[in-house]
Amino acid sequence: MADIYELLRGKKDADGNWQKVPVIVQGITGTFGSLHAKQMLDYGTNIVAGVTPGKGGQKFEGKVPIYNTVKEAVDATGSKVSIVFVPAKFFLGAATDALEAGIKLLVSIPEHVPIRDTMQVIELAKKNDAIVIGPNTPGVMIPGLVKIGIMPASPFKPGNIVVLSKSGTLLYEISNTLTKAGFGQTITIGIGGDPVNGTRLIDAFDMVKDDPTIEGMVIVGEIGGDAEEIVAQHIMDINFKKPIVAYIAGRRAPKEKRMGHAGAIVMGTYGSAESKISMFNMANIPVAKRPNEVAVLLAGKLEKNKD
Amino acid sequence: MRLLEYQAKELFAQYGIKTPKGISSKNIEQARNDAKQLGYPFVIKVQVPVGGRGKAGGIQKCHNDDEFELKYPQLLGMSIKGEKTRAILLEKMAEYEKELYLSLFLNRSKRCYTVIASSEGGVEIESVKNQVIREVGLGDVDSQTAEEIAKQIGLQGRTVADFVDMLQRLAKITIEKEAELAEINPVALLKDGSLLALDGKVVTDDNSNFRHPETEKYQEKTELEERAEKSGFTLVELDGNIAVVGNGAGLVMSTLDMLADNGGKPACFLDVGGGATTESVYEALTLVSKMKKVKAILVNLYGGIVKTTTVAAAFIKAYDDKLIDLPVYARLMGSESEKSKEMLKNTRTKMFDSVEDAINGVVMEVSKRG
Repeated sequence: MADIYELLRGKKDADGNWQKVPVIVQGITGTFGSLHAKQMLDYGTNIVAGVTPGKGGQKFEGKVPIYNTVKEAVDATGSKVSIVFVPAKFFLGAATDALEAGIKLLVSIPEHVPIRDTMQVIELAKKNDAIVIGPNTPGVMIPGLVKIGIMPASPFKPGNIVVLSKSGTLLYEISNTLTKAGFGQTITIGIGGDPVNGTRLIDAFDMVKDDPTIEGMVIVGEIGGDAEEIVAQHIMDINFKKPIVAYIAGRRAPKEKRMGHAGAIVMGTYGSAESKISMFNMANIPVAKRPNEVAVLLAGKLEKNKD
Repeated sequence: MRLLEYQAKELFAQYGIKTPKGISSKNIEQARNDAKQLGYPFVIKVQVPVGGRGKAGGIQKCHNDDEFELKYPQLLGMSIKGEKTRAILLEKMAEYEKELYLSLFLNRSKRCYTVIASSEGGVEIESVKNQVIREVGLGDVDSQTAEEIAKQIGLQGRTVADFVDMLQRLAKITIEKEAELAEINPVALLKDGSLLALDGKVVTDDNSNFRHPETEKYQEKTELEERAEKSGFTLVELDGNIAVVGNGAGLVMSTLDMLADNGGKPACFLDVGGGATTESVYEALTLVSKMKKVKAILVNLYGGIVKTTTVAAAFIKAYDDKLIDLPVYARLMGSESEKSKEMLKNTRTKMFDSVEDAINGVVMEVSKRG
């Protein structure tokens, strides 16, 4: 599988600094795309090109060249990373354009993408050995280095904790409490709130689990599906020893109702919070009852690990 | 969107899956005619978008006019797990040998469809040990696969061909209507070896609705839910008296969990989406103001790049316009929170630094007012 770290920060240069990998923004001229392209530039992300069909030749913020297709943008910049801001119904086309042009990390922001379209994009990504994050994700970031997403910068600080989250705002909320408690983040990955994800929780876990710099991990899940159960089983199977704390949103939500995210629905017992919490407990992963409790539980786990 | 049984069966009929003769209705005047047309005996089945209606008494046999006049209004007035009866289906009873189970189900983790079949039907599939599960990619089931499944669940003779036919038609529905689930439970195995769909459950992908104008008529949204959707919000109405408003599904779910843990009763789940502007929060308050049961509003917004003052402005406008006259307990995380506290000083909105404090406040306020 493609290496997400290498895609996000390249290799260290002679002075020991990470590279600034070139990033493309698809849908850079839209309201949402332009707002966040600007935010990412301000954070220091190396945005080298935008793509908006029909607007090729123009420039974004007077400096970032815009192309009609991802192929043109890739040919001009050599970028392997793209972030997509297009309306949901155009996602399949935009993602296909990117993957066929050789994009290896596709951060997919749109919400409300039909599941069938996502499944087709995943098939294509598998064939091309590419990583798709999302759709319906806040994105991915290495605090202090690169932000490819719509998350605000303020909750995040560099550090040694990984945060994986289905929810966007809970990712900000929980990272903020971690940062305040002195736990910065190595990397944060938004899985997305859809029923089918380009990168599943277990995939995200596997992308980072062998990073020797990480000291612990926080998994922010929610009702719906069985991604949490599967990652908990996997953690037991591989006997992963670093401290992990989880949080599950939706414990008190009614059954058979979609709670804001297309994926946040309990059908029968499939997707219930009880099932997820009991699997985490089996894997010796404490589950916080409130977002604010996550940092406390993590501190406890880290302390115990020292003994 | 979760289709009701009679709607799922309309789809089944369109795609050539056999169902018992039945007629749906929403009032007794129409149903009296349906009863005559159908002829006794038949079953009266409550149409609700939740499971477990059999156990709750939502399916009743009916042998004559007296029984019909007694039972129809009872069932029409029923609620199951908080869901009111949407319609009633009158359906002929079938005599059968055995009940089977069949579904096509989107396995979210494996990211493919799976066929689940069992020789034990009529009960919740989770409780059935004897299941055959086959992964079928994007949902297309070839006849060889279907035949193998039929034999694995012990079918014989003409039933095998009937099963293959039923499964392939169900697969066609799954693909063409973009269903997350298409389930027949139970499938009746009749004396002559043929199969009949006694129940039907179809859940389609709401995000694909724009490609399916033909299923629009099945949408069962309240006026408020529809209005919320137009603004890009998600609204789920609940039974309690404290409206829960926030940005981002995860954050609102989390707020609702904590409120319920502390003894508060949520009146709704209202997610105004990732950002928060004066306009969107004002629109959210407008929606809440239309829910008569609401006694207080709990707001939890994670601003990030949003200034909390823009949100505070929405509250002030809502009071000025006399849109709401309710106490609001708000936690607004973001920049300029001191300034927004100052703005809201002489209003009925109390601002808190932590959501826990806001929740304690709102629960006390509502219990105080009874």
